[in-house]
Amino acid sequence: MSAVSLHGVDKRFGEVHALDGIELTVDSGEFVSLIGPSGCGKSTLLRVVADLEQPSAGTVAVGGKAPRQARLDQEYGIAFQQAGLLEWRTVTENVELPLHVHGMSKARRRARAAELLELVGLTEFAGSRPSELSGGMQQRVAIARALAPSPRLLLMDEPFGALDEMTRERMQAELLRIARETGAAVLFVTHSIPEAVVLSDRVVVMSPRPGRITDIVGGRRPGGGDPTDDPTDLAPDDIEDVRESGTFFAAITAVREALRKGHG
Amino acid sequence: MTASRVLPPVAFGIAVLAAWEVLVVVAGVPAFLLPAPTAIAAQIGAQFDVLVSTAAVTGGNALVGLVAGFVLGVVLALLAAGSRLVSDVLTPVVLAASAVPIVALAPVFTTMFGSTTEIPRRLVVTLVVVVPVFVSTARGLRQVQPVHAELMSSLAATPWQHARFVRLPGAVPFVMTGLRLAAPAAVIAAVVAEYFGGLQNGLGSRISSAAANTAYARAWAFVAASIALGLLFHLAGLLAERLLTRGRTT
Amino acid sequence: MRSRTPLAAVAGFALLVALWELVKLLVPADGVSVGGTRVLPRTDDAAMPHVWTVLARLGDPEVAGAAAARPVGVAVASGALFTLGLALGGLVLGGLLGVVLALVMHRVGLVERAVLPYVVASQTVPLIAIAPLVAGWGGKIAIAGWAWQPWASVMVISSYLAFFPVAVGMLRGLTSPARADVELFRAMAAGWWTTLVRLRLPAAVPHLLPAVRLAAAAAVVGAIVAEISTGTTGGIGRLIISYAQSATGDPSRMYAAILGAAVLGLVAAAAVGALDVGLRRYRGSVR
Repeated sequence: MSAVSLHGVDKRFGEVHALDGIELTVDSGEFVSLIGPSGCGKSTLLRVVADLEQPSAGTVAVGGKAPRQARLDQEYGIAFQQAGLLEWRTVTENVELPLHVHGMSKARRRARAAELLELVGLTEFAGSRPSELSGGMQQRVAIARALAPSPRLLLMDEPFGALDEMTRERMQAELLRIARETGAAVLFVTHSIPEAVVLSDRVVVMSPRPGRITDIVGGRRPGGGDPTDDPTDLAPDDIEDVRESGTFFAAITAVREALRKGHG
Repeated sequence: MTASRVLPPVAFGIAVLAAWEVLVVVAGVPAFLLPAPTAIAAQIGAQFDVLVSTAAVTGGNALVGLVAGFVLGVVLALLAAGSRLVSDVLTPVVLAASAVPIVALAPVFTTMFGSTTEIPRRLVVTLVVVVPVFVSTARGLRQVQPVHAELMSSLAATPWQHARFVRLPGAVPFVMTGLRLAAPAAVIAAVVAEYFGGLQNGLGSRISSAAANTAYARAWAFVAASIALGLLFHLAGLLAERLLTRGRTT
Repeated sequence: MRSRTPLAAVAGFALLVALWELVKLLVPADGVSVGGTRVLPRTDDAAMPHVWTVLARLGDPEVAGAAAARPVGVAVASGALFTLGLALGGLVLGGLLGVVLALVMHRVGLVERAVLPYVVASQTVPLIAIAPLVAGWGGKIAIAGWAWQPWASVMVISSYLAFFPVAVGMLRGLTSPARADVELFRAMAAGWWTTLVRLRLPAAVPHLLPAVRLAAAAAVVGAIVAEISTGTTGGIGRLIISYAQSATGDPSRMYAAILGAAVLGLVAAAAVGALDVGLRRYRGSVR
């Protein structure tokens, strides 16, 4: 069963045609990036999947369910460009938030939060306040929070957009490791070409006015994502090798050309 | 706190006091215009027990009114946040109240409750306090960061959960700002309300009776006590705000 | 903070009136006392007259039976106008001095460091407490041959209450432009004066307006309290006190005067609101 499937999705905001005839499937465990210039509708597409916007036409299925049901069942976790942590809660309490909202007992959510903080490497900051953390650490807390209900799908809207380049590259490696350890599919919005390429099985290239998919390019694994491939074929430390490999540059060039074509 | 920050105001304060003293003593400024600081200080020493007891009366009125007005202001703001209709009806009344000289209501309350009780002053303080607390709390309850709103709806949170996890805790700094602004205003209202008649046992009454008896230095001693009381309430409000908003950036 | 419809605002004030009448209707005439302390007010006609009685009183002569006396409404209106004049005079005087002090503090860092703590602290202390003391000036001093008038004491008190919020707000406004904007002006080799006129003053407007609004309210309260403690005749404050002294026999007169004071406060706020509209272009967003 696919993690996300979109058929003929249209979205209009009054006169603005934000999404036009979107066809896209994200397989379970697959990492897919959405890339394109501002106003191409990539964030809108993500928000439609998250049931934060209703599509004007077309069908959307998330884990085989209608988006609203998927949201109610916590089928997905979401992270935004801003970490959006509640500053009056400790790091642990922030990670617990989704479980707290859904009525899990205190003992169980404490245990789960400890597990997740271990996963994102912030165990020693469990009792800290968000304001005591760096931007990168805050974003790691936000990712841990998104993972709290063990979703099969992670939605990410430019989560590293506000971070400096060094932190950003470290966070990309972290994210890739986490995605692999949890086996969750990821739908990832970005406007950075190298980021999209280094993270993704497939890079979906979009163009604006109206927002539509112009091309789909294979990411770090040439030839695109085949879900039958062993998802652990790339060890986390290999990501630095990927950044310097020939296929990486080839993929970057392919995405760049697709973007230019979409613009022209 | 570096010397360059502490020194200028301290030096300025001493210079003003010294110039004041010299001006009064040497130039012979009459006492009704401005008594000498040393004369005021002497009165503070002589009247110390009376100063403390009258300050306790005025301070007590300010405190009771502050607590009552704070609770009322927060409750009204919560009601306004919960219903658009309540907000539309309530907000113009509170805004009008902020422009109206509320202390002028002191004689009304005196007529209604009698002149032998502290209730009229406390009511004046309550009304003065309600305004900033309501305005600030209502603003806090309205200002939810978009990212937090989206997060809660992605978590399929109910409206009550949204209030409990985001809106109410998010409004705390605004509530505390309202309290900090209201605390010194409570003292001011408590002192001024006494100018409008009623019991003659607080700082305001003492100032006007001393001035009426041309005991100007004594009147200034009571003014000094009012200022000390105002600063006390201000600092207490500031402390409460700091304590309840620790670890927050906003 | 704008209400959706004026209708809702009218409903708000109507509810206040209804609440008044309801309390009068439901609470016993002598109020409710718990352990000797009256917790609910007396509601007889002497303590809480009907709203319409108060309004009707505005049209009746000030002194019942005296044919030559002016109506209460006229007395209240002229008193309110007199006080409004003093309050606005105090606001302008205090506001200008506040702006000047802010400019000096901004220009000379040492002055800011020496004076600002006092200006900020002054907003938290009952400065108005000295009103009865300024009262003593009346009739006792003369400046350059001009004998000090009681109304001048009122204006002085009004102006110093208006002075402090304006000084603080103006200084905050002058320092509000972003570093990048200030550096842009420096890069263009603009002098202090040019930067002031072209950048800092327009940027100060959004900070100044709320300060002026506060100052106007403070000036009105200051004028009323000052009239009471100086015994200045002619204003609304004095009218409230003199009517209050005969409130047992004629309560609605006092209520009419207090109504006048409330309207006075609203008129002063509206005057500041007009200033607000005039300067809308600079309002922008407060950083």
